[in-house]
Amino acid sequence: MAEKKQWRVVGTRSLRPDGMDKVTGQAKYGSDINLPGMLYGRVLRSPHAHARIVSLDMSEAAKMPGVRAVMTAADLPDIASKLQELGESVADLRDESHNIMATGKVLYHGHAVAAVAATSLHLAEEALKAIKVEYEPLEPVIDVRYAMSDDAPLLDPARKMRGIGDEDGKPSNIAQHFQNKRGDLDKGFAEADYVVEREFYNATIHQGYIEPHNATAQVHPDGRVTVWCSSQGHFGIREEVAEVCKLPVGMVKVVPMEIGGGFGGKTKVYLEPLAVIMSQKTARPVKMWMNRTEVLLATGPNPGSLIKCKMGCKKDGTLTAAAAELYFEAGAFPGSAVGAGAGTIFGPFKLENMQVDGYDIVLNKPKSHAYRAPGAPNAAFASECVVDELAELCGLSPLDFRLKNAVKEGDRRADGPVLPRIGLIETLEAAKNSPHNNTKLAPSSGIKRRGRGVASGFWFNGAGPASVILNVNADGSLTQISGSADIGGNRASLANIVAEVLGIEPTDIRAQIGDTDTVGYTSVTGGSSATHKSGLAAHECATKIKEEIIKRAARIWETDAENVVYDDQSGAITNKADAEKKLTFKEVARQANRTGGPITSEVSVNSGGAGPAFAVHIVDVEVDIETGKVDVLRYTAAQDVGTAIHPDYVEGQLEGGISQGVGWALNEEYFYNKDGLLMNASLLDYRMPTMLDLPKLETIMVEVPNPAHPYGIRGVGEVCVVPPLAAVGNAIYNATGIRLYNTPMNPPSLLSEIMKSGLAELPEASD
Amino acid sequence: MAKQIVQITVNGEPTDVLVEPRDSLLETLRENLEMTGTKEGCNNGNCGACSVMFDGRLVNSCLVLAVEADGKEVTTVEGLATSEGLHPVQQAFLDKAAFQCGVCTPGFLIATKALLEKHPNPSEHDVRYYLSGNLCRCTGYHKILEAVNAAAESMREGA
Amino acid sequence: MKEIDYASAATLSEAASLLSKAGDRARVLAGGTDIIVQLREHRRDIDLLVDVKNVPELSAMTYSATDGLTLGAAVPCYRIYETPAVAAAYPGLVDAVSMIGSAQIQGRASLGGNICNASPAADGIPPVIVYGATLKVQGPNGSREIAAADFCVSPGRTAMRTGEFLVSIHFPPPKPRASAHYLRFIPRNEMDIAVAGSGAYVELDAGGQTFKTVRVALAAVAPRPLPVPEIGEFLAGKTVSDEVIRRAGELASQAATPISDMRGTTEQRKHLAGVLTRRALNGAIERARG
Repeated sequence: MAEKKQWRVVGTRSLRPDGMDKVTGQAKYGSDINLPGMLYGRVLRSPHAHARIVSLDMSEAAKMPGVRAVMTAADLPDIASKLQELGESVADLRDESHNIMATGKVLYHGHAVAAVAATSLHLAEEALKAIKVEYEPLEPVIDVRYAMSDDAPLLDPARKMRGIGDEDGKPSNIAQHFQNKRGDLDKGFAEADYVVEREFYNATIHQGYIEPHNATAQVHPDGRVTVWCSSQGHFGIREEVAEVCKLPVGMVKVVPMEIGGGFGGKTKVYLEPLAVIMSQKTARPVKMWMNRTEVLLATGPNPGSLIKCKMGCKKDGTLTAAAAELYFEAGAFPGSAVGAGAGTIFGPFKLENMQVDGYDIVLNKPKSHAYRAPGAPNAAFASECVVDELAELCGLSPLDFRLKNAVKEGDRRADGPVLPRIGLIETLEAAKNSPHNNTKLAPSSGIKRRGRGVASGFWFNGAGPASVILNVNADGSLTQISGSADIGGNRASLANIVAEVLGIEPTDIRAQIGDTDTVGYTSVTGGSSATHKSGLAAHECATKIKEEIIKRAARIWETDAENVVYDDQSGAITNKADAEKKLTFKEVARQANRTGGPITSEVSVNSGGAGPAFAVHIVDVEVDIETGKVDVLRYTAAQDVGTAIHPDYVEGQLEGGISQGVGWALNEEYFYNKDGLLMNASLLDYRMPTMLDLPKLETIMVEVPNPAHPYGIRGVGEVCVVPPLAAVGNAIYNATGIRLYNTPMNPPSLLSEIMKSGLAELPEASD
Repeated sequence: MAKQIVQITVNGEPTDVLVEPRDSLLETLRENLEMTGTKEGCNNGNCGACSVMFDGRLVNSCLVLAVEADGKEVTTVEGLATSEGLHPVQQAFLDKAAFQCGVCTPGFLIATKALLEKHPNPSEHDVRYYLSGNLCRCTGYHKILEAVNAAAESMREGA
Repeated sequence: MKEIDYASAATLSEAASLLSKAGDRARVLAGGTDIIVQLREHRRDIDLLVDVKNVPELSAMTYSATDGLTLGAAVPCYRIYETPAVAAAYPGLVDAVSMIGSAQIQGRASLGGNICNASPAADGIPPVIVYGATLKVQGPNGSREIAAADFCVSPGRTAMRTGEFLVSIHFPPPKPRASAHYLRFIPRNEMDIAVAGSGAYVELDAGGQTFKTVRVALAAVAPRPLPVPEIGEFLAGKTVSDEVIRRAGELASQAATPISDMRGTTEQRKHLAGVLTRRALNGAIERARG
């Protein structure tokens, strides 16, 4: 299907099945588990950014009151290099193991060094102080430019760059160089009337989920392991635990607890293997959770990046060429999101001549990890600010410039593949027709300068394996067991789909997430894939139930199944052979055991055909030119959402993306001192937006159905965080005439530029 | 210092609990009493996830010691609903889809109840100011604002 | 958190005895919003917390138009702005206590605790200084008074001796055509520590056009909350004008000796000291004129 269709339940705002538990405090999140005999585990972390561990003595700690187990990297099995798909990223499992606990060297402030398990949290913390570690501090590498230089200390002297023929065989902090290239770049720039080339830097930032990482493990006498934790994909956690602890995957059961936010960050293990090892040592359950400082220090933040971006266009605005170099800070181990950054940087633009070079660089920061559209916001900040400059040079509005260059079905994506049916043009037009775009910005007055900015964004979207089980209950209700972790309403979306197929109400469905022993393999809730893949599985699973219901009705009526008509709009089941005969889903369900036994269905899919997503954002800001403070006055996000299966949670994704993007644009950053120590590892000084920092948010759901999905689903969760950085930057320019090329565009940065510009007649801070 | 027994009235139920002076009210609720509806987000008073009512006043339970709660009354998210049904604030958050992951929700519910009992008809700025100590990373606060307004209306009608 | 003892004092003398016996191994617990965090983060090493919230003198708040305001050191912030007569008499104090943390923090944190924590960035201290408050401290051998401007010595350190603790803060009664205003700059709109702050107290003449008395104190631009007497000396007797207020701002910038850290830069803070002082003076003038 390609055209938009009206559905009965799909597209309605049904109450989420897990909602009641979440407003009453009954929902169990990762660290809400309490088991008999449970121990509390804590981790000792490096006070240095880069140091050799000269000695590590656990003997005193082991003797501390209440301590039942201690461990170091020596307690983790030595495992071979092996690449592991983590949903939105790929990591080498050997690196993962060394990230979970340092071996030989600590590579970032907060790198785990040892762990203890004790009978109380306080006793475990006291035992950490009894661990004796001698460090030999090494020079830290914090700046990406320095990391690439010949003078920089090497994090791993054995690491050589993987390149494209430009490898020199020497050890390097540059782990990889790759290139995406099409057309003739020189010719393209020669045809351009205007060329703009700029350099951008994004500071490291964090996903900022409110629930800290957690894990509880219980080893059973036969060697089986049960892990309770909150993650974006418990099957992935099971694989990682098995690999890192060298256990057969079938010996590990992971029970998904409710997850308190992930945004990409909860797709890999940090504590789980430590809890397993210490449970193995004690035969007792071990519960661990990070405090907020640990979350910021030692889990995978979004990589910082240096991006050089050059684009050219003709006077009429037609883009002729684009080139970019992306240098991403992978952190202590290789594997940043530079690939996705390179794949998305020119995503919304039709280009024949382009080249993108990506570099993956290690330095002494925590190993970076996926954060909502990994790499794409960094990249779009560069390209969408450059495009804003080109539009101004051409005298075109930012939206018209983008419309002129917008990609559509059949165009080749900047990184290669041909695009299927997409909705960028419809989304740009929706933004153009929006109330926001058609309302004049209130004029600036005095020290308060107002401006409007626009930016667009692209994200691939994902698909993959997913499983759903449906069990029909005797009262006509359905138990829905899915394998996708539910971060923001996935169960509600699946229930809408199941109800749609069966002509029943979402309230008839009891929805839950199955553990790894209960439901079939399902890949992570990441890459904007969950509703696509689990939605496909739910659709097929419900269709099978429907077929079975038809068979049972036929049996009840002693007729052929062909005579049974099941109307999914009304839910009525009728008999073509006898107009008097009528049944409902509930009536058939009640008779299940008399008509052939339980009615159940399980479907696993390996979905493909994720429809790419595009977003266009408009933002109004007000700049106080005496302080450099930026307030967001109005914000509109238009996005092609395919089909909004559950509009509340689609809007919710768009609104959340705006909020995270605004925080990223204006204030969020990892603030390192010269020794490479993270100075703001708290929610006081890592400044995420509060309720007072945002206005009401306007969302426009453009529905261009994905032809590769029965309900036209496109992922919606990630592309919404791609445009805000550039949109805010372009708005600040519109307000002040000042362009900022670094995020965060925080008050000291903007004030410093305002003071240089002479924009405000300001009293000098003279001595 | 030896552990001591304190009596805390939690959601109307006087409860004896053995605590150390260094145990916070949050730890005591979650680990000793296994009332895990109250969440830990930062354990430093910066996120509001652990909000509870403490003798009628909105506080972060991570910044109260359990020994200070001896003889005091505490209301947690588990104490909002009654046998009659959900509190209007809970109903509004559910109806307006004002949460995604839901981990900040218990804190928001308690803080919203405290706000609306003090200011039955708050302005948008009142709401944003009063709830600025509760961080939500999923929603961008838009649907939370709508839920607070809906709850305010419902509570005014019920009053 | 390391193991600690807890004692709740019921009287001034009990508190004094507990605190003097333990010396610098003890610390007062009022709202706890600073000390609990410091203990949890191992930033302070003590053995005993003395809870003073049950000491009547520390939890009392008395106000009259003739005697002024006496605020017990453990009185939580909210009681200041929820008491209409006090809020009306000391709006510059309300500015500060309604920006110390969140509603949750203000339900516990006391102005006394904010003062004793002695952070250079404390929002509560500049208003106390510019209102000309005096602080009553109790020790094992009796009590004494310290002027607010002299109370903070360096980051985290006060003029109190070991064994002494803050009992109450006394604010003089409000004068006609006088008021105060406190402003701070933060990157977000709530929940941050001040990058810079400025409190201004202004007393105008009968016509409301001439400065009689002006006091300004700055936050987060020096190792302690910084009184800037030069501004008061400069403005006294001058007619209110944009020009003299601008000059006062320059004096504030000149007095500031800030550091660069994760919350702001030296250049930014010096500049903000001036901007905020101008704005605080204008706010105070507007309030003083009614």
